[in-house]
Amino acid sequence: MASSVASSTLTKHAIRWAALTYLLFLLVLPLGVIVWRTFESGLGPVITSLISFEALHAFQVTAIVAVLSVIANTVFGVGAAVLLVRHSFPGKRLLNALIDLPLAVSPVVVGLALILVYGTFAPAGGWLTDHGIEIIFSTPGMVMATIFVSLPLVVRAVAPVLEEIGIEQEQAAWTLGARSFVTFRRITLPAIRWALAYGIVLALARSLGEYGAVAVVSGRLVGQTQTLTLLVEERFQNFDPITAYSASFVLALVAVIILLTIKLLRPKGDVS
Amino acid sequence: MPRSSSTLTPDDRLGTAQPAGGGPGDVSRRGTSSAGRSRPTPGATLGLGIATIYLSLLVLIPLAAVLWRSAEGGPGDFWQAMTTPEALSSLKLTVGAAVIVALINLVMGTLIAWVLVRDNFPGKAVVDMLIDLPFALPTIVAGLVLLALYGPGSPLHVNIAYARVGVVVALLFVTLPFVVRTVQPVLLELDKSMEEAATSLGASSAATFRRIILPNLLPAMLSGTALAFARAMSEFGATVLISGNIPFQTQVSSVHIFGQIESDNVHGAAVVSAVLLVIALVVLVSLDVLQRWGARRG
Repeated sequence: MASSVASSTLTKHAIRWAALTYLLFLLVLPLGVIVWRTFESGLGPVITSLISFEALHAFQVTAIVAVLSVIANTVFGVGAAVLLVRHSFPGKRLLNALIDLPLAVSPVVVGLALILVYGTFAPAGGWLTDHGIEIIFSTPGMVMATIFVSLPLVVRAVAPVLEEIGIEQEQAAWTLGARSFVTFRRITLPAIRWALAYGIVLALARSLGEYGAVAVVSGRLVGQTQTLTLLVEERFQNFDPITAYSASFVLALVAVIILLTIKLLRPKGDVS
Repeated sequence: MPRSSSTLTPDDRLGTAQPAGGGPGDVSRRGTSSAGRSRPTPGATLGLGIATIYLSLLVLIPLAAVLWRSAEGGPGDFWQAMTTPEALSSLKLTVGAAVIVALINLVMGTLIAWVLVRDNFPGKAVVDMLIDLPFALPTIVAGLVLLALYGPGSPLHVNIAYARVGVVVALLFVTLPFVVRTVQPVLLELDKSMEEAATSLGASSAATFRRIILPNLLPAMLSGTALAFARAMSEFGATVLISGNIPFQTQVSSVHIFGQIESDNVHGAAVVSAVLLVIALVVLVSLDVLQRWGARRG
């Protein structure tokens, strides 16, 4: 009996150390390396590189693209979640499956797909160009690509909570004469607010960090369509590691803030 | 997100309150629900119309355009473009690396989930939070730091950059949360009394794990692994720097597609994209099947 207890403690420790060592080399050390590499030669070069025209412009482009795509995903996400949970219609399973599809599609394929439809040489894109709307190599295309890759996040955060809260309260509001919009604003929205915030934060993280899809549709025009992630790659390839690491540090800092927010917002009782 | 993989199966309360609510996982009730299906409200119809147009413009038509473009020269042409030495070797590497990454995740992800649920040690909350880091950290940043850590001039004196093992490590980073986050909730809800019963009946801890715990975790483990596989197949940002993009050696398919787009070989890019899309679809369908299987067991 004593030996089996001893061996089970041994197993427990072995498993613990195996898991922690794996995480150390895969997560913790990389995070440390960003800090080390960024501040290797002090704070001065970091600040200089971050206030360069290119970097500031990249901040601006990233912010615009991320905010627009998060707004679109929030509106669509809540609407789609309500449709999927509260309504029944033919093709519901198909819609449900379609919403998950972007998670499995390579960002580069997303970019190619958008170019094939909205590029200047495609029928739809050509027509839009004739009417003065440029999508590819411009902000609309980058926003579309970003929406695409982060499409399911809000829906999948909101839908389970919508299901859990049930429809009793909404029905009560209905029978008391509230219109559907009022019911939504006064009953449904407050009930899903944390889940919605969680989904929005996830979508924001994905939008800020998107690289592949944006790399394809933006044309990577320095000082024009260059986002922060594109700046990281371009500066690194052009032997300017300081700017690459400084921008990476900012992105990593945002990522850690997002992680802390996720921790606060994570649906209660979901994961310890 | 792993959490997102939970299907939208309505619970029974919802199912009875809303006779028309035949949910996605609701095969058994289909017969009765179609009989009592109420007409959708005008608002829902409008919403459905908008959602359909939105998804069509953004997702469906563009993806269909990729398939269309890949198939325009007929099957022979498709085959030829898919089997050019560069495309084929990138596909082989992508599938091979994704299989290895999925298997490592299956083991390590379950192990980490186990430690996070059943073990206790100082700093556990921080470790738990860090698991989501790969979802929050931009992939290009991940690629850059992995190159700094495991590339030339590595502080650990490990250099796996520009080699296949580097690609695998980058993919392991980005796929880490999938299995952990699908297994963790199941493990939390697992009734410990079953294990206690097994132990009190004289089962060894290995036997308890194999006969009681593993069967309960298996659906979650497999769906997490499938998600990790799909992600590994499609990853671009994390691999682009550490792989060095060497054709026939470290070039994965998404990087290959990117190169083909850059050099205006749209057909070649579309063909390899179509192959990736088909694999992604197969993974999604098997996930759906897995989840129903898990739901039936649970």
